[in-house]
Formats: sequence, C-alpha cells, structure tokens
Amino acid sequence: MKARSALLLGSLGAALVAFALTSPRVVAADKVDPVADAKAFQNFFFQKFPNVKHEDFVNGPYSMNADMKRQWQEKEEFPPYEFALDAGKDMFTTPFKNGKTYADCFPNGGIGIRQNYPYFDTKEGKVVTLELALNRCREANGEAPYSYVKDEMASLTAYMAFTSRGKPMDIKIPDDPRALAAFENGKRYFYTRRGQMNFSCASCHVQSPGERIRAEILAPALGILNAMPIYRSEWSGMGTTSRRFVTCNSQTRAVPLEPQADEYRDVEYFLSYVANGLPISGPGARP
Amino acid sequence: MTAFSRTPALLLLLAFAAGLAGPALAQSAVAEGQKLAFDRGKGNCLTCHVIKGGDLPGTIGPELKDLKAKYPDRNELSAIIFDETKRNPQTMMPPFGRNRILTEQEISAIVDFLQTL
Ligand code: HEC
Ligand code: HEC
Repeated sequence: MKARSALLLGSLGAALVAFALTSPRVVAADKVDPVADAKAFQNFFFQKFPNVKHEDFVNGPYSMNADMKRQWQEKEEFPPYEFALDAGKDMFTTPFKNGKTYADCFPNGGIGIRQNYPYFDTKEGKVVTLELALNRCREANGEAPYSYVKDEMASLTAYMAFTSRGKPMDIKIPDDPRALAAFENGKRYFYTRRGQMNFSCASCHVQSPGERIRAEILAPALGILNAMPIYRSEWSGMGTTSRRFVTCNSQTRAVPLEPQADEYRDVEYFLSYVANGLPISGPGARP
Repeated sequence: MTAFSRTPALLLLLAFAAGLAGPALAQSAVAEGQKLAFDRGKGNCLTCHVIKGGDLPGTIGPELKDLKAKYPDRNELSAIIFDETKRNPQTMMPPFGRNRILTEQEISAIVDFLQTL
C-alpha cells in the first residue's frame, strides 16, 4: 500500500505534513474502490456506536450524547436557523435583475436536490459543490458572487437543504478516472496529518467522535455534511460547509485553504459519498 | 541606575536558572509548568486531559494523575510530551517538542508539574 510508507514531507519549522494514516482507516486495497470504502466507513461507525440509530449519525454531536440531544430537541421548537431559512426562501424566489431565478440553474427548479451535491462534472473534470453551483448561477446571470462562508450563501443552502430533508444522500462517482482521482484525493486529504498540532480531519472525527475536546463534543465523520449549513451559537450565526472546513483547519493551527479550493471540494465529495443512504438533515443547529 | 551592565545581569539570571536557586526554583518551575500546561496558546493539555486544578477538560486522553508512580524516570514524561507518536504512531497527542510548540525548558517545567499530580 503506497500510502502506508509513512513519509514525512515538509521542512523543519514549517508545517509538517505527515502521510501517516490514522488507525481506523478502513481500506486495505491498492485499487480505488469507493463502494468498498463507503461500506467499510459506515460499518466502522455502526460498530463503534451500536446504540446510535443509523439515520441519527447525521445530527453531529447530538448523535453522541443523550443529554445534549434532549436539549437540542427542545431548541428545535424554535430553531435558531429559522431566520436564515426564511431569508433563503425569499432570495431563492426573487428574480435576478435579468428576470431569471436560481430555479433556472438547477434540476427540478432547485427543490429537493441537496442530496445530489457535490457532483462530479465530467465536462469540467472537477467536483462541483452546491455553494459553487449557486455562485456560478449568480455570475451567469450577471450578479456578483456571494462570500462562501456565511450569511447569504448559508441562507440559500439552508433553504435548499430544507426542501431536501429526509432524502438519502445520493452522490455518484461517474465512470471517469478523474472522478475516482477526486474521491481518492479527498480521502487522502481527510486522513493526512497537518499543521503544528499534527492532526488530520480523521484524528478528531474518526478517532475521537463522542469525546470532548475541551467543552465541545466531536461529531462523527459519518454523515458530517448532511446537516450543513449550520447555526452555531459560537458564531452567533450560520456557517456553510466552507466555513466549517476553514474553521477546523485554523483552530488546529493548520493553514486553511481558500473556500472551494480543489482539495476542499474533493474532501466534500469523499465525505458525502461515504454518507450515501443517510438522510439530509440540514439546516442544523449546534451549541 | 544599576551598577550592572545588561550582560552580567543576564549571566546571573542564567546561573540561577542552572540550579543554584534550590527549592525556591523547584517551586516556581512547578507553578510555571502548570501555567504552561493550562495556557491555551502553549500546552493546552486540558483540551484532552483532566488535570487537577484545571477547568473544562476534554476526554480524549486519560486523566493525568499518579504520574510519578507510573513514570518514575522523568525522561519518560519528557519523551511523551516531546513526541508521543514515537510510542504510539496513531496518537492524537501533538508532538509538542518535535513540532516546536514547546521548548525543552518548557517541557521540563511541565514535567516538574506533572510529577506533583
Ligand atoms: C482537533 C480537532 C479537529 C480537527 C483536526 C478537525 N475538526 Fe472538524 N470539528 C471539530 C470540532 C470541535 C467541531 C465542532 C463540534 C462538532 O460538531 O464536532 C467540528 C465540527 C466539524 C463539522 C461540523 C459537524 C457538525 O455536525 O456540526 C465538520 C463538517 C467538520 N468538523 C469537518 C472537518 C474536516 C473536513 C476537517 C479536516 C480538514 C476537520 N473537521 C478537522 C474539531 C476538529
Ligand atoms: C489532542 C489531544 C491531546 C493533547 C492536547 C495532549 N494530550 Fe497527552 N495524551 C493524549 C492521548 C490520546 C493520550 C493517550 C496515549 C496515546 O494516545 O498514546 C495521552 C497521554 C499522555 C500521557 C501519558 C498518560 C498515562 O497515564 O500514561 C501524558 C503524561 C500526557 N499525555 C501529557 C500531556 C501533556 C503534559 C500535554 C500538554 C502539554 C498533553 N498531554 C496534551 C492526548 C492529548
């Protein structure tokens, strides 16, 4: 297995990039086999948390802790993302200056399609996320793109997620070597240790879900994007998938990438694919 | 105005640090070690470990206690803090020494503190 030969790239003083893989890495084969990867990934979590209902994994930290879950369910009576949801619906249905709407850019008028994002675009040869598709829609219609990390973008994706609630994640990997490469690249990014702290995404979300890191309970990597976007009290507002990736990288003293950088797009592709079958639960609320 | 120029004053300080100060220094090293261990910008050990005297601990690592009995040789504790991936390649514990999050002296002060737990 090529990745096993744990290489230490990087120079002294600079961020060390370790190719070392975390233990629960579940794949042994050399060949890229997303179907087997997804199965092993899901089984790992199902076995580690036999008491968590499979469809509950999409509720992040709440799936790991009964007390927290109860508090959350009470909060859901008046969900803190409601404001964003209403704003998103307004934005979604208000025509651009040219008279077109978001609905014109998406299959099924953009309703109930969150579970198909991100997808691999065989023309472009790259992963296209929902956030990216929304900004491309704006630009194609002569509107300025939104910030990827908050407010408007989170409102739009909140509304689109809401219309897709309960639909099983359904990410496809087309028969195209570039799609397989994108999946593999996302997987590699997810398991690679980086930054001064030497954490990989998997250190926190595969090795330690359910544990407390200071006062926060770590979400499991399985279904970790199904609730996006999320309201976080700590942010006093909404955040997109991009915002969460950047935050996780910078809070652990790793250099964050630009939102929608190729590698983030690939990580999103990987994490969404291995969550296939689990329901969309967004928008989410977090402590 | 002091009679000393800067350099001799510094030398004197180093001489103290080298151990001439005796138990008073040991005391202050323990206090300094605790400060470093709890400081979010330094050891931030509470992120993962329950430690007596610290608030809001995480649960990723074991509680740090009875460490003198478990690791009688202080070098073992230094090594764990310097780079725990040597003992356990999968560990989540950051390699504080190898990645220069903490200096040798800072690690040594933290070990002094750990030995009191
Ligand atoms: C050292 C710990 C740590 C690392 C490393 C880390 N995260 Fe996180 N992550 C957190 C914490 C803490 C939270 C907030 C609590 C929670 O929901 O898990 C979080 C939340 C998330 C969430 C939102 C989960 C939810 O349901 O609210 C996503 C998505 C996520 N992380 C992805 C990543 C990705 C991708 C990486 C790697 C680029 C990564 N994380 C690396 C600690 C980490
Ligand atoms: C991100 C998590 C994390 C942080 C931060 C962390 N540790 Fe750890 N530590 C662990 C884990 C996990 C273990 C369990 C052993 C292993 O993983 O190899 C451990 C083990 C230890 C042990 C051995 C305990 C025993 O009973 O054998 C000591 C001592 C220790 N850590 C000290 C520290 C000190 C001092 C700091 C701060 C300077 C620190 N740790 C910061 C995760 C962490």
